[in-house]
Amino acid sequence: MDGSRWAERRTAGGEERIAYSRPVGDEVKHTTCYMCACRCGIRVHLKDGRIRYIEGNPDHPVNRGVLCGKGSAGIMNHYAPARLRAPLRRVGERGSGEFAEISWDEAMEIATAWLRRVRETDPRRLAFFTGRDQSQSLTGFWAAQFGTPNFAAHGGFCSVNMAAGGMYTVGGSFWEFGEPDWERTKYLMMFGVAEDHDSNPIKLGLAGLKARGAKFVSVNPVRTGYSAVADEWIGIRPGTDGLFVMALIHELLRTDRVDAEFLVRYTNAPWLVVRNPGGPDDGLFARDAAGRPLAWDRARGALDAATPGMQPALVGEFTLPDGRRAQPVFHLMAARYLGPDYAPEAVAERCGVSAERIRRIAAELAAVAFDQAIVLDQPWTDTLGRRHATMLGRPVAFHAMRGISAHSNGFHTCRALHLLQMLLGAVDTPGSWRYKSPFPRPIPPGPGPAGRSVAPNTPIAGNLLAFPHGPDDLLVDGAGNPLRVDKAFSWEAPLGLHGLMHTVIGNAGAGDPYPIDTLFLFMANMAWNSAMNPGEITRLLTARRPDGEYVIPHVIYADAYFSETVPFADLILPDTTYLERWDCISLLDRPIGSAHGAGDAIRQPVVKPDRDVRPFQDVLIELGARLGLPAFVKEDGSPRFRDYPDYIVNHERAPGIGPLAGWRGRDGSAKGVGEPNPDQLRRYIENGCFWRDHLPPEQLYYKHANRAYLDGAKAMGLIGKAEQIVLQIWSEPLQRFRLAAEGHGARQPPERLRERVRTYCDPLPIWYPPLEHAGQDLAQFPLSAVTQRPMAMYHSWGSMNAWLRQIHGANRLYMHRAAAERMGLAQDDWVWVTSRAGRVRCQVTLMEGVNPDTVWTWNAIGKRAGAWRLAEDAPESARGFLLNHAISEWLPAQEGPRLANADPVTGQAAWYDLRVRVEKCAPGEAGETAPRPPPLRAPAHLPPPPDLLRYNAGP
Amino acid sequence: MTSLPDPPPGAKKLGLVIDLDTCVGCHACAVNCKEWNTSGHLAPLPDFNPYAAGAEGVWFNRVHAYEAGEGEAGRTVHFPRSCLHCEQPACVTVCPTGASYKRAEDGIVLVNPETCIGCGLCAWACPYGARELDEDAGVMKKCTLCIDRIYNETLPEAERQPACVLTCPARARHFGDLGDPESAVSRLVRERGGYDLMPEMGYRPVNKYLPPRRRAAAGAPPQEAAPRAEEIANPLLRWVDRVLSR
Repeated sequence: MDGSRWAERRTAGGEERIAYSRPVGDEVKHTTCYMCACRCGIRVHLKDGRIRYIEGNPDHPVNRGVLCGKGSAGIMNHYAPARLRAPLRRVGERGSGEFAEISWDEAMEIATAWLRRVRETDPRRLAFFTGRDQSQSLTGFWAAQFGTPNFAAHGGFCSVNMAAGGMYTVGGSFWEFGEPDWERTKYLMMFGVAEDHDSNPIKLGLAGLKARGAKFVSVNPVRTGYSAVADEWIGIRPGTDGLFVMALIHELLRTDRVDAEFLVRYTNAPWLVVRNPGGPDDGLFARDAAGRPLAWDRARGALDAATPGMQPALVGEFTLPDGRRAQPVFHLMAARYLGPDYAPEAVAERCGVSAERIRRIAAELAAVAFDQAIVLDQPWTDTLGRRHATMLGRPVAFHAMRGISAHSNGFHTCRALHLLQMLLGAVDTPGSWRYKSPFPRPIPPGPGPAGRSVAPNTPIAGNLLAFPHGPDDLLVDGAGNPLRVDKAFSWEAPLGLHGLMHTVIGNAGAGDPYPIDTLFLFMANMAWNSAMNPGEITRLLTARRPDGEYVIPHVIYADAYFSETVPFADLILPDTTYLERWDCISLLDRPIGSAHGAGDAIRQPVVKPDRDVRPFQDVLIELGARLGLPAFVKEDGSPRFRDYPDYIVNHERAPGIGPLAGWRGRDGSAKGVGEPNPDQLRRYIENGCFWRDHLPPEQLYYKHANRAYLDGAKAMGLIGKAEQIVLQIWSEPLQRFRLAAEGHGARQPPERLRERVRTYCDPLPIWYPPLEHAGQDLAQFPLSAVTQRPMAMYHSWGSMNAWLRQIHGANRLYMHRAAAERMGLAQDDWVWVTSRAGRVRCQVTLMEGVNPDTVWTWNAIGKRAGAWRLAEDAPESARGFLLNHAISEWLPAQEGPRLANADPVTGQAAWYDLRVRVEKCAPGEAGETAPRPPPLRAPAHLPPPPDLLRYNAGP
Repeated sequence: MTSLPDPPPGAKKLGLVIDLDTCVGCHACAVNCKEWNTSGHLAPLPDFNPYAAGAEGVWFNRVHAYEAGEGEAGRTVHFPRSCLHCEQPACVTVCPTGASYKRAEDGIVLVNPETCIGCGLCAWACPYGARELDEDAGVMKKCTLCIDRIYNETLPEAERQPACVLTCPARARHFGDLGDPESAVSRLVRERGGYDLMPEMGYRPVNKYLPPRRRAAAGAPPQEAAPRAEEIANPLLRWVDRVLSR
């Protein structure tokens, strides 16, 4: 130590020698955080090979130097005693936790043998599902190369309603693919946003917004987290947000406070819809011979809707040149929402929001959008070639996430929110919600999903998770039955863009539509909090066929930690921690782009594993080579890629397009499209492990119709054509499904689903009560029950963390104080929470800031005893609980085959639709949660956790 | 008993200003503090029963959440709590060994682990609950205001701030010299009505809290033009004659 850095100071009270200027560590490495899904940049300081300190990277566009509680606790995830240490082969019964430690060679041989047999016979018998991983562009590609359509990640129970609702409406979406204009918005309305999501960007944004005096309104049944700092909290009843939004739409239309200019220029409001009830073209757009949608010019009649300068009618009924009748989208839309069903008085009681308040909020939105409009002195050119001297901004912004998403009416609610934005002219304008790169994309983007034809030893060409345009794109057989085991892209979930992970094990267990041979899971805790009903899932994972074989014969599981799912697998492939591996936050998946331009990032190993573990992506690439998947072997059959970093640099999905967009080309001078650059990873590391493109000011807004932006996006390979992306109020793909249900076309839904498809594939947003409410006696279950996610714990990723579990070690059931007291409940009472599907015992905390008809708890704090290397007396399993035990993955009993408890359009798991009753438990029952399944046994080779932790990486 | 220094006129009073308007209770400050300090000047910050029941560690900074007021008019408050580096710190004057002391040059209250006997008197005296006993080492520990960061010449100037301040995602924490009326933190306290925690106790905390800003007012009730008769019959008619250009 340099003596000059040791200042000796004597003070009045102390004689202390203080090392003021000790260097933080002896080395610092940049990488990307993975304590949640936000992808913040971090600097990891190392001291003698140990992690001294993890801090936010000040230069990183996502977090700009800040780091949340989860990210700051990375050290304790990295060194957690729950880390798996070597590959394992099950030797006892499933669930027993009896494993033998094996070598990687043996593990790879076992996996290869199982997978090879499946691939040689019927590749569909592999179901490969991943959790909140960030390598879906690799895992999805691998699955297609394997030849199974049965691939997805966790989006089916997370956000597919938001993704589908957005991409089929505005060509982007909330959360991943959009953000409020934090610097300029004057009014932000946030719907149902979990407190851990987009964690640092939202907090940074809210702080700036509040400092500027903008108004922040939070619509959420629970007043915690972001809602706590809102200027106005609207404690809405769960599942009624769509109704509330439609009442706002009603008010804007009724008071004529809509941006008709915006609607005419940027949406399909003026497009003509054919009116031919009962006909095969009813509800489709009137098009010219070239297929271009038509609008009605006041002087010239039907014209290509993109004709510059035309004066389109918004209301009326017109006769097309071929004699058919047609009406503009605007007319049909306005007629619906002006109806009495959507008047504030009609919805107030169901929403738990007064009519007066709904009218006031609508007036506030309009006042900010129209009376406080922003005009930027920024010329730009639209797709018709017209030069605009300024950019007009409607400074009202919206943001929404799981409170909308996790309901069975979430898709339409999300579409309604986007419609509200369009009516206010507040899509990608200064001060409004904006697209994050690589969006906007065409509506819907690209071709439909691949996987219709499956053959042994044959890859599937195309994307397994893509965008149906109509019935022809569904993955169903001639009888209309699902081709995917999760039934995504079938008539049960036509826009199942993210798959239905929550149905895979149930469907496979029931052999509906068919059984599987191998279930391959990566960091998806399906035996506990990632299952809607963990008891049923563990039953199915241990169930046997009459011949004695397990119903799902092989389960392969890759994870870094001893989660609840480990004991239920046959082969464990232990992953590294996030600080020990390469990762790629890719434009082919979910990158770190923002409204300011494209961006992507990597993780690099900052420490070497001290266990016999391997990065999952390396393992997957090696399995690909062992199986001879064409993209993973060279012509001579040898492995094409050495490891994941080799793949990241050299894999090309299309010529010149690979996992990373920055520093492409031999010399690193290209962005987006360019030859592989052998030096690419070094360039990323030198830049703090991220790459970011900066759009020039004229491309920052109106991206859906901004010629310079669209030209640039095409040049970078983000979109196929540089054409205007017309926002879709009326959704023709949905109408195509509806027409099929009405008996038109070659592909029609099976009879039992006909009415369902007709009802829910409405081309305009609709609201209906959550599906499962229809099949039960709601008087028996008067309360809504939802989960929230705390800011300091991400799902199940933090219970093995010695610091985070001190913050959230056991969850309570939170109830509205007055409502609970009316039910005879008091603070700290133990209660039974009973639903139609099951019951959970837990302890209550009373509060003010919650919708009176709603109870809630923190998600995934409750753990199964023994898992995550926690002692059996740990509060996580003794007092903490999962609400999931009361949720069913199926809708209430009905005629015919069971249907998933999910959104009928997207298949999104509807776990916020839960209804319960709460009753005080008998005195003898208090003190411990229930159900409390028997403790899990940890693999024998895990070291015992310490009783005392004195972590100190200092000198 | 330990005596307090006689600070020279104009001496620094380093401290924190914490904004309760934007604190969302995320615990970033608490955890980042823990991770810095467990390998810092008062290292380590131990955790007892870290993977079992009764997990309890030493934290220099803790965040509390509570509700104020009733119903929708109420408020959920997130309240970060750490040493306030009082000008009249009872924790110092009560210390029998002189281990607990207040520095003359910058006002920081520290504990010298070499002379602390872990008697706990300071924790008893502190009304803010800011003292944390390391039962394993038998030494009292507490917020040092990241004394090994704020004067650390190996750090870039901009990073010579407490870990909790740099990491706060809601930018709700500010560090500076509250003895200088023209410092950014002093101005912030003036502009936002920053206040002392429990001033009636007389300990004169240096740290200040900023109260929630006045919430944006609800807009006036909507004023509507009286709809024309034909609009009442068919509200769509109002758009019939609207001339709009593509």
